[in-house]
Amino acid sequence: MLGLGVDRLQADINRLLASLFHQGVLDEQFLQLQQLQDDTSPNFVYDVINIYFDESEKLLRNLRLLLMDREFSDFKKIGLHLNQLVGSSSSIGARRVRNVCVAFRSASELNNRLGCLRGLEVVEHEYHYLKNMMHELFQLEQQRLLAAGVRYPM
Amino acid sequence: MAKKPLFFFLILCGSMVIVVLLMFSRFGRSKEETGSCNGEARVLYKHQNVTRSEIHALVSLFSDSDQVTSFECRKESSPGMWASYGITCALNMRLEKHETTESFHGRRVAAQCFIPDGELPLDLNPSDLSHSISSAAHMCDNLEQSLEQPKEHKNVEEGLDWDLLSYLRNTWWCLILGILVCHRIFVFHSKTPRERQEKVYLQEPLAQKKQQQCSQTNSRGAGKWRKNILLLGVIAGVSLSVWWFWDTNEEIILKRRETLENMCDERARVLQDQFNVSLNHVHALSILVSTFHHGKTPSAIDQKTFGEYTERTNFERPLTSGVAYALKVPHLKREQFEKEHGWTIKKMETEDQTLVQDCVPENFDPAPIQDEYAPVIFAQETVSHIVSVDMMSGEEDRENILRARASGKGVLTSPFKLLKSNHLGVVLTFAVYDANLPLDATEEQRIEATIGYLGASYDMPSLVEKLLHQLASKQTIAVDVYDTTNASGLIKMYGSDIGDISEQHISSLDFGDPSRKHEMHCRFKHKLPIPWTAIIPSGLVLVITFLVGYIFNEALTRIATVEEDCQKMRELKARAEAADVAKSQFLATVSHEIRTPMNGVLGMLKLLMDTDLDVKQMDYAQTAHGSGKDLISLINEVLDQAKIESGRLELENVPFDMRFVLDNVSSLLSGKANEKGIELAVYVSRQVPDIVVGDSCRFRQIITNLVGNSIKFTQDKGHIFISVHLADEVKEPLNIEDAVLKQRLALGCSEPGETVSGFPAVNALRSWSHFKTFYSNESHNSDKIKLLVTVEDTGVGIPVDAQGRIFTPFMQADSSTSRTYGGTGIGLSISKRLVELMQGEMGFVSEPGIGSTFSFTGVFGKAEANSSIAKLERFDLAIQEFKGLRALVIDNRNIRAEVTSYHLRRLGISVDIASSLRMACTSVSKLGNLAMVLIENDVWNKKDFAVLDELLTGSKETSARVPKFLLLATSATLVESSEMKSSGLIDEVVIKPLRMSVLICCLQETLVNGKKRQPRKRRNLGRLIREKQILVVDDNLVNRRVAEGALKKYGAIVTCVESGKAALAMLKPPHNFDACFMDLQMPEMDGFEATRRIRDLERRINKKIASGEVSAEMFSKFNSWHVPILAMTADVIQATNEECMKCGMDGYVSKPFEEEVLYTAVARFFESC
Repeated sequence: MLGLGVDRLQADINRLLASLFHQGVLDEQFLQLQQLQDDTSPNFVYDVINIYFDESEKLLRNLRLLLMDREFSDFKKIGLHLNQLVGSSSSIGARRVRNVCVAFRSASELNNRLGCLRGLEVVEHEYHYLKNMMHELFQLEQQRLLAAGVRYPM
Repeated sequence: MAKKPLFFFLILCGSMVIVVLLMFSRFGRSKEETGSCNGEARVLYKHQNVTRSEIHALVSLFSDSDQVTSFECRKESSPGMWASYGITCALNMRLEKHETTESFHGRRVAAQCFIPDGELPLDLNPSDLSHSISSAAHMCDNLEQSLEQPKEHKNVEEGLDWDLLSYLRNTWWCLILGILVCHRIFVFHSKTPRERQEKVYLQEPLAQKKQQQCSQTNSRGAGKWRKNILLLGVIAGVSLSVWWFWDTNEEIILKRRETLENMCDERARVLQDQFNVSLNHVHALSILVSTFHHGKTPSAIDQKTFGEYTERTNFERPLTSGVAYALKVPHLKREQFEKEHGWTIKKMETEDQTLVQDCVPENFDPAPIQDEYAPVIFAQETVSHIVSVDMMSGEEDRENILRARASGKGVLTSPFKLLKSNHLGVVLTFAVYDANLPLDATEEQRIEATIGYLGASYDMPSLVEKLLHQLASKQTIAVDVYDTTNASGLIKMYGSDIGDISEQHISSLDFGDPSRKHEMHCRFKHKLPIPWTAIIPSGLVLVITFLVGYIFNEALTRIATVEEDCQKMRELKARAEAADVAKSQFLATVSHEIRTPMNGVLGMLKLLMDTDLDVKQMDYAQTAHGSGKDLISLINEVLDQAKIESGRLELENVPFDMRFVLDNVSSLLSGKANEKGIELAVYVSRQVPDIVVGDSCRFRQIITNLVGNSIKFTQDKGHIFISVHLADEVKEPLNIEDAVLKQRLALGCSEPGETVSGFPAVNALRSWSHFKTFYSNESHNSDKIKLLVTVEDTGVGIPVDAQGRIFTPFMQADSSTSRTYGGTGIGLSISKRLVELMQGEMGFVSEPGIGSTFSFTGVFGKAEANSSIAKLERFDLAIQEFKGLRALVIDNRNIRAEVTSYHLRRLGISVDIASSLRMACTSVSKLGNLAMVLIENDVWNKKDFAVLDELLTGSKETSARVPKFLLLATSATLVESSEMKSSGLIDEVVIKPLRMSVLICCLQETLVNGKKRQPRKRRNLGRLIREKQILVVDDNLVNRRVAEGALKKYGAIVTCVESGKAALAMLKPPHNFDACFMDLQMPEMDGFEATRRIRDLERRINKKIASGEVSAEMFSKFNSWHVPILAMTADVIQATNEECMKCGMDGYVSKPFEEEVLYTAVARFFESC
């Protein structure tokens, strides 16, 4: 603490990011997103990611409801939802979510209900993993900001 | 193939000879053997079932002087080879028909004709072959047919007139024509399969194999047919020789028979004549007796007189052995007669066969009592023993006497053994009548008038022998004479059993007695000799046939083996090629497969190095990373090589800035060069256009490779100098304008001081002179330029003996090279191949110890004037800033100064050069408004600099600008340079190698003093879209936010809507938006639809404005509405792109925004504003 941890926190953040990148959870689009953040919009990334989580939560809920319905047949709707999810995921650079969504979408295009269910599970798994990681990242970020914010009277 | 025309030529010659022979033999033969054309036609019509129209065609064909063209016309007009075959065959058939019906020689020609026809289908496919064979067989049939009927033909042809010469000429021309056609077809057929084969080679190996098998069977079948044809030819030759033998032999036999006939007839005639002569004489004698014995009284003749007379006239009767006269004595007068003569009439003793000497007439018994007697009263000396013998008592004689007196003519007895002489003989008897017998007396009157009989005996064997002795060639012929009066029993009068009984000739003899018939049988004494005249020529023909057959057989076998070998070779070649391709493919695949995991390894190592490592671990990791990188680059090289070898490498054609590429290379390699203390310089001639079209990556690869090599082999001194010129510049060395080039070419390596670093280098001119395409003007199109790139170094050079194999893959100058310098030696080979792909050449000059200069040419396209390159844009601003400034370069080496000024010129700075500080002092006064002075480290001199500094700063005190001093330094002198900078003497140190970005950076820092540089990119984009109203249409909240954020970043005012409908409402003119980013995939109304509607709307409004319906002012300043709409899409595939353009969008950006892409997409619309 006391500001001395800033560097270490930064290193932690970098390490976390590196591992996320390495795992393919994130891609360079996330970096682009980070670059968009500047003094005029200091919480840009946080905001965007939060919006993403909100939206995605909704979409996933809808998807689950649709797929759980017994007289389910509306694969087109699933496709639309998935398009949304793919679009937003690629926007924030959530690579793995995007990839599994694409797989899910192709299953839905084939009207493969079992495949869709499996796809949904995978997507949800990836989504939660991403969410956890992002959560961790933002926490670290917050700590860093706090640490950086500490000023010692000179 | 070269042998085949020769072969046809030989056949041509052979047929010529035969035709000439034929012509001569024709003349020798009698006219009956020739027939007229009509007759020929009739024969054809009759025997060959040839239709009349065909005959007409044939005749017209023959009479046509321009047969070749007419035939070729037919050949061309025929859809396939079948028809032309038909024509050829018909031609040949007709030819043969002509010739075979004519004569033996004709047939010979036909046989010859048949052979070339048989040789013809050497390389045909089986169907064609079978056809030609069948036609050949047909020809054989015709041959046989006409052989069977030659006589009939002769009969038909007899008496018909025929122009022999014209016939021969026609035959001759047809023959030549036939051979030519055969040859033509043959050549045609032998060519086509090969072409087909070649074509097929381009296809994949499987099909190739199939084709090969197919062609193999083809050729095998062809070989078989060829053998069959050869066999047929040999059979024809053998039958020809047999026929010839038979014909000649027949002729000989015929001739022999004729000779025999002639001789026999001659002998018979002579014998007959002689006989008749003596017959006449005997007749005369009888008349003599009647006249002088009976006509005179007393008789004038007695035995003595008669004997003398007959003896004297014996030569008149060469055939008679003796004559005697017997008197007709009736029984009544016997007594008186016996008394008168003093002897009794004696009986002839036929059984007593004693010799003449022993034959005493007194011993004979007296004749028995008869009606009448015919006792001999007079006799020649030779037969005096028969005086007084009664002729009537002998059986033969009696009959003879009776017939003679009845007929009044001489009669002959059948042959019998003569008395005493024991020889076979005949007796001629004449009756002696009273003198007054009328001519037309009856038999009774004659018998009445008879008074005596004159007989002459002919001793046949001795007589005939005597006769034959007088005639020629008595030795060769044997003669028999027969009496054939009694048909059942021939009586041999003369002859022997010797001689050839198989053949004899019979001639009839007429001895003047109609009741007796005689024949002469002649035969050769010796058997027929062996007919050598027949055997030798036919034997020769046989031998020739076999020889020719053998030769052709050998040739065919040889052809077959060669073909087989060729086939094998092709197969092997195909296999080798396939193997080569497979190798390249394997390399390409494997390299690719290795590259993927290697990237992982490298990435992990990189990550590993980012973690907390101690020094040792870091070292290990770095080493591993370095090795990995080397491996990757090696793999890439191998991959390139494989790609080039398998022909899969294709060069791109994109516009690029050559100078920029060279900058990149020099910045990439500057690190290594600086480490070694080598000066790296880049120079591009002013005549080289800014933008060229070509493959920048490959160009860069070549340059990197060459420069990398140069760095590798240059040690701690000297320079590496990359220069680019137009090839045309170097073509005429006398009027080179470019200063750098001039200096380099004018000075050899012996004069140091004018190379970049001052170390001697090899003159590149020598390597250029080796370029083949260099001085040629062939590729002198307006849209292509040929560049000449040279990379000069002052390295160790290449040993002379290794210079030949320097471009061979994996070959280095010597094995120690790789130990000393590392590397695989594949780079140069790849570079050379790449240069070849660029239609250029690569060469080098090297002198060990001095250095090497590699040069290559390459053809690039000229870019269109207005096309620009995005990468350069970011420098535009800087260039704008520097434009019009003046700089002074102080450098003692002209060439280096030129290089520096080249870089400055690129920034739009005009440059003056001074060779030293002192010189600069003198010239500086003339140069006003200097913005900067660049001083080469080598000429740095504190004292002179102080003067210059004084001069410049002092004089320019009043003016606003003081020239900045920049020091050009290499990394080796960096430390002292930095010291100088810190001491305030100079404003900035520029580290060589010079390149645009570095130069801009330095100049900006010094010229725009203290002002912190903003990130240029951002500012650029910001300038474009700052304060612009932009509408973002996306249903996805996240995307919306990201896009908004991105655009806001660049200062745009962003409005977001979440559906196409909303966008439609917002973009309904009049509105204030400058641009719209439209997501494509949206529910309800997607991007395409929305755009289409917006465009519709705009069009309607525009129409209204144009027609004045609505005042333009109401819709603000624009005369026509067209808001730029850019599609945002997650996947940029071509189809979508096209669709975007179709529905009226202006461009697209891929969805995760990337600055570069965003910039280029947007730039188009806002640049103009």
